[in-house]
Amino acid sequence: MRTGRFQPWLYIGLALVLVSFFLIYPSIHTIFLSFTRSGEFSGIRNYIYIFTNNTMLTALRNNLLWVVVATAFTVAFGLILAVLLDRVRYESVIKSIVFLPMAISFVGASVIWKFVYAYRPAGTDQIGLFNAIITALGGKPIGWLIERPWINNFCLIMVWIWIWTGFCMVILSAAYKNIPKELLEAARIDGASEWQVFWKVILPLLKTTIAVAATTMMVFVLKIFDIVYVMTNGNFSTEVIANRMYKEMFHFRNFGKASAIAVVLFVLILPMMLINIRRFREQEAIR
Amino acid sequence: MLRRMLSAALVLLFLLGIGIVGTAQQEVTIAVVWSGAELEAFEKTLAPFEEETGIDVVIESVGRDLPAVLVTRVEAGNPPDIAAMPNPGQMKEFVNQGALVPLDFLDLTDHPQAFVDLGSLDGHVYGTFLAADLKSLVWYNPNALFAAGLGVPDTWNELMYVTQQLAAQGQVPWAIGLESGAASGWPGTDWIEDIMLRTAGPELYDKWVNHEIPWTHPAVGRAFELFGQVVRNEGFVYGGSTGALTISFGDSPASMFTEPPGSYLHRQATFIQSFILDANPDLVAGEDYDIFVLPSIRSPERPAPLLGAGDLVSAFNDTPEARALIEYLASAAAQEIWCGELGKLGINVNVDPGIYPDPITAKAAEILAGADVFRFDGSDLMPAAVGSGTFWTGIMDYVSGEDLDTVLEMIEASAVEAYGE
Repeated sequence: MRTGRFQPWLYIGLALVLVSFFLIYPSIHTIFLSFTRSGEFSGIRNYIYIFTNNTMLTALRNNLLWVVVATAFTVAFGLILAVLLDRVRYESVIKSIVFLPMAISFVGASVIWKFVYAYRPAGTDQIGLFNAIITALGGKPIGWLIERPWINNFCLIMVWIWIWTGFCMVILSAAYKNIPKELLEAARIDGASEWQVFWKVILPLLKTTIAVAATTMMVFVLKIFDIVYVMTNGNFSTEVIANRMYKEMFHFRNFGKASAIAVVLFVLILPMMLINIRRFREQEAIR
Repeated sequence: MLRRMLSAALVLLFLLGIGIVGTAQQEVTIAVVWSGAELEAFEKTLAPFEEETGIDVVIESVGRDLPAVLVTRVEAGNPPDIAAMPNPGQMKEFVNQGALVPLDFLDLTDHPQAFVDLGSLDGHVYGTFLAADLKSLVWYNPNALFAAGLGVPDTWNELMYVTQQLAAQGQVPWAIGLESGAASGWPGTDWIEDIMLRTAGPELYDKWVNHEIPWTHPAVGRAFELFGQVVRNEGFVYGGSTGALTISFGDSPASMFTEPPGSYLHRQATFIQSFILDANPDLVAGEDYDIFVLPSIRSPERPAPLLGAGDLVSAFNDTPEARALIEYLASAAAQEIWCGELGKLGINVNVDPGIYPDPITAKAAEILAGADVFRFDGSDLMPAAVGSGTFWTGIMDYVSGEDLDTVLEMIEASAVEAYGE
């Protein structure tokens, strides 16, 4: 059968229709809505709000904090575990345990950690693990989730790290096991210390995988919502962009503002997506 | 597709409408927010009415979107005969729109004047209350309070004296829990509203709710400061401000019933009783725990104003059936069934106190019946971006130590936008 001019279109037709209906049309509509307020054109007022309102600025700052800290720690812990556990006898058991939190929903994990951080006054029974440990050691209980701006934000990010470290570990471990062992042995025979082997052989070879894990994490972290919504709802300077969007949209019915926030979030995520796609293409080209 | 479905639905509704007009003579429709247990209780409430009059009451259980549905149906010229109003604010909007019919035929001598006023506008009655929930209550543990050598305070100064005395004895006077998940902060808004009513008076309170005075008005700041004198004093609150911010509103009162007592006083609405009993099922109402009204502040000689919420009904169509139903809902007979089922407080003074499940609810009903000034929960009347947005977060910020002017300016900025000014 001859390949007709229209045949390719036929093949991708359904996909095109679905993508236009579920992705392209809503995106364009959202961008359109972001320039309106209560149904009337309002120029860039919504965008001015985003970059001048105090709560929004806190949200933008916190998203940056989340991207840097959460990504750095999940990837670093994942890498350390991947390399170290390779030498442990019960590797698969320990890896399973580290990976386990992935099976818990964000809301479930947040509720669990809310109990871990729970506060009760000094002198009474502490129901939170952290404060129970601190008071057992003779310290004073701490309101983990309200100590702004650093302790509470890091406490929230810790939940993310707890969930996602297993994911990074699995990806990095697979890549690590792909490194030919002869390379590492050769380095050791040439007199390299374990430290040097890690920094000068393993790390450069894992570079692309680390980049994949990091960009994936960044895309996910930028959209952070559930943990903040459940644990603090953005109070005490823990607001993030997606939670703000949810409130404006479903709580306050400010469709315009919510859409503008969505567009900003979209623009922030776009570069990460482009980096990911470009590297994917490069890898395909090598193959 | 969507349009076709919509038009099909419209045609169906139209046919149904013809059917109703064509067949039933004695019928009245009522749109309500209630569903589940509340809907069942409402059906029970209506049963004697339907039996006696032969009028068929069609209940439309619209759910929480009732405000939006009512607005569209009024616009479409097809409102239900009667509707449970979400709040008096919305009732007034419908009156100004000319959508509601006056209910001046009602004999409301058995309703406290405060509630008649809330349902009236420009000298006409437009709404009547079926039941209410009372918020201006302080819950306490009588055994503990009397053991500390203190009594029930009658004035705000006495309340503050009790607070200071307890603190001086090394005790913690107040249990305050502001945590409520995504709604954190609302218990604090009730505090502010109660204090505003007492210091600024009902007229200024109404202006504040309608944003006719800004949040930066001294009266609002004064209310926050009085609340702050309690909640921001580390020695006055169970767990200090950290405890107030992190302990859930439902867990909070449990600290009054530990041995020795973790706290002595707790300001909360009638519904908190179920939380108290959940945590300590053996407590006896009226003996182990009791209530008093949060006292007056500015004019101690007058009874304290009351803050609460209530079930308000209004009529869109003036038919004999609608009149009969409204009259029935205002009566003690209807309210006894409704309140007995749900543990709410009757408005009609003839409601038999015997229907209340426990002495505390009966006492609250008695307090309500003597209401001098009653005001609806202000945060429920404000636009969501303020009433369940910046007001909530503002409370959390203020209690966590944020500067008062910064908090009020933040709420004011959102209010200017939300009230569409």
